[in-house]
Amino acid sequence: MIQNIPLSYYLVISTFMFFIGIYGFLTRRNLITMLMSIELILNSVNINFVAFNRYLYPQQLQGHFFMLIVIAVAAAEAAVAIAIIINIYRNFKSIDVENVDEMKY
Amino acid sequence: MADYTYTLLIPLIPLFVFLLLGLTGHKMKPLVAGLIGSTGLGISAILSYATAFKYFIGSHVAGAGYASIKGFEVSWLHLTDKLTIHLGVLIDPISVMMLVVITTVSLMVHIYSIGYMKGDPGFYRFFSFLSLFSFSMLGLVLATNIFQMYIFWELVGVSSFLLIGYYYEKPSAVAASKKAFIVTRFADLGFLIGILMLSFNTGTFDFQTLTDPHGPAIASAGGAAFMGLSVLTWSLIFIFIGGAGKSAMFPFHIWLPDAMEGPTPVSALIHAATMVVAGVYLVARLFPVYALGAPDALMVVAWVGGFSSIFAAVIACTQTDIKRVLAFSTMSQIGYMMLSLGVSGYGGEEGLGFMASNFHLFTHAMFKALLFLGAGAVIHAVHTNEIGGMGNLRKHLPITHITFLIACVTIAGIPPFSAFFSKDEILVAAFHSNKLLFAIEYIVAGLTAFYMFRLYYGIFWGKNTQYHHTPHESPLVMTIPLMILAFGSVFAGFIPFHALVTSDGLPFESKIDWLIAIPSVLIGVLGIVVATVMYKKENPLPDKVAGTFKHLYKWAYHKFYWDEIYLFVTRKIIYRYISEPIAWFDRHVIDATMNGIAGITQYSAYAIKGLQSGKLQQYGFVFVSGTIILVLIFVYLV
Repeated sequence: MIQNIPLSYYLVISTFMFFIGIYGFLTRRNLITMLMSIELILNSVNINFVAFNRYLYPQQLQGHFFMLIVIAVAAAEAAVAIAIIINIYRNFKSIDVENVDEMKY
Repeated sequence: MADYTYTLLIPLIPLFVFLLLGLTGHKMKPLVAGLIGSTGLGISAILSYATAFKYFIGSHVAGAGYASIKGFEVSWLHLTDKLTIHLGVLIDPISVMMLVVITTVSLMVHIYSIGYMKGDPGFYRFFSFLSLFSFSMLGLVLATNIFQMYIFWELVGVSSFLLIGYYYEKPSAVAASKKAFIVTRFADLGFLIGILMLSFNTGTFDFQTLTDPHGPAIASAGGAAFMGLSVLTWSLIFIFIGGAGKSAMFPFHIWLPDAMEGPTPVSALIHAATMVVAGVYLVARLFPVYALGAPDALMVVAWVGGFSSIFAAVIACTQTDIKRVLAFSTMSQIGYMMLSLGVSGYGGEEGLGFMASNFHLFTHAMFKALLFLGAGAVIHAVHTNEIGGMGNLRKHLPITHITFLIACVTIAGIPPFSAFFSKDEILVAAFHSNKLLFAIEYIVAGLTAFYMFRLYYGIFWGKNTQYHHTPHESPLVMTIPLMILAFGSVFAGFIPFHALVTSDGLPFESKIDWLIAIPSVLIGVLGIVVATVMYKKENPLPDKVAGTFKHLYKWAYHKFYWDEIYLFVTRKIIYRYISEPIAWFDRHVIDATMNGIAGITQYSAYAIKGLQSGKLQQYGFVFVSGTIILVLIFVYLV
């Protein structure tokens, strides 16, 4: 039952997910993979929201709602990001982030 | 007390004409522009005559003297309760007299210019500048306080600058206008310092308060002293420096001869009849303060005037440009006026010099404007300024000849022409005050007669010059002003100035002192005779005389090298030892500091611009590590 699982388990899981996401974001060269890494970060945050809400304030629902908002925003963000990636692909014939460094001094 | 509010219109009409011509003149036909200018000035002139009539005759109570009346006044700048600057109209004998002088001469010059400037591409510009000048000069004489006077004083300087530099495509005219502006502006610095000292000392700008014999200005005469002279004396000396600059008194005279680069009507209006007497007017305006509070400052005025008059008269004898001769003659005559003010006392018979000075100012304006306009007519006919290119013109230019002769006889002081009366009063005033100055004025009277007739014979008699095309008399629009001014030159002497314009407003008895007048007339005649012998027919005498006094002649011909002295002082001393070090400091210290700051900024920008690499993941890495470091700091250290 859920009561037997301590809060720290959830937090460990979400921390792992968060840093895996960070790692992926910083090391992967493929823009799509980087986008997936960002989704991973967002989801780790979502787990935190829900877990804290459930364990600390079981009578309230703010954490759940916030989780839903984050999912919605993530969906919108994915749409925008993929649109950008498509445009980058059209311009550079590649989606490798190493090639996209025009915006410098 | 009569109402004089309408006198406000006298300066405002020329201002309006200036704006009208300046803004829309380029669309008008030249003649229309000229007529508008002349009409505006004509209305101002009529108003001035009406004011003079009303003030001197109409509303005058016998035996009461002439009061000083404020026709109009508004508070223009209210800075603090103690420091307020007013603008207004002051009506008293000298301002009314100046109104008549300025509007008369200005109107004559306007009419004359319609003929003289015919065909000039800047016709409307010329007339708008003339109107601007008339406005400023009228505002100057009507000023109720010394600060208003200073404002118009500078406006007069600007319009003089614009008119001297009227032929702006001529480098010499541009140089002359700059010279006039800079020299007078430099002197005006003295004026400003004087104003500030005077008003700081007395707590007022207002002329009526300043010149009140029981007012704060004169009461402060015994105040704090510096180098043996009271603060009041110093401030009046500084104010006189401003007056000396505008009036081309020694040593600020150098701009006046060069100012002749302007069109001749301008020389007649500004550099003979009106603006250059502003200095005399300034001293006359503050005369009670000078006479009662600071006799030492008045001595300075007298000696500067006396020296300038003889200095200029000697130079005038050797110049060959007819306008320059007249310029030096102007300087000499203004010296007379200054001297006359300087030797005068305050009140009643003592104030003879004050009256004589204003009298001479009045007659001088008439005959000197006439001389300049006559010279303009001559230049118009023969297209040269040099006396060597003229001669035997009396048959070609009959009207100019007669009027010019009248002016020459007038300035020589022959009775019954006007300058005889005014000059005689000046000589009497000088005789009773200072015998040395009196002697100088006798010599100057002889020199004046000599150089004026040298000019007259050189232009109208002398050698039979062959002209490219026969010189012809000027059109009526130019000769009528000559005739009117000649009429003024002849009869202005009969105006009873001693009953009208006196230092304390009360009339006094004055009659011609024949013991002084007869020798002065004889000296004048002597000057004329010498000039007749030397210049009437072409002969080798002038060269011989010049050869005898070779050094003096050379010195005088080069104006005693004052231009060169100024150039030496400015170029060799001020430029080299003051301006150049300052320029060096500016370039190597101030600019270098600024350049250094800019350079450091640029250098560091180059040094760190590599951070902006465009690598997305590098940014991300920095962002994440920065966040982690901050979190660690906040968790463990704070």
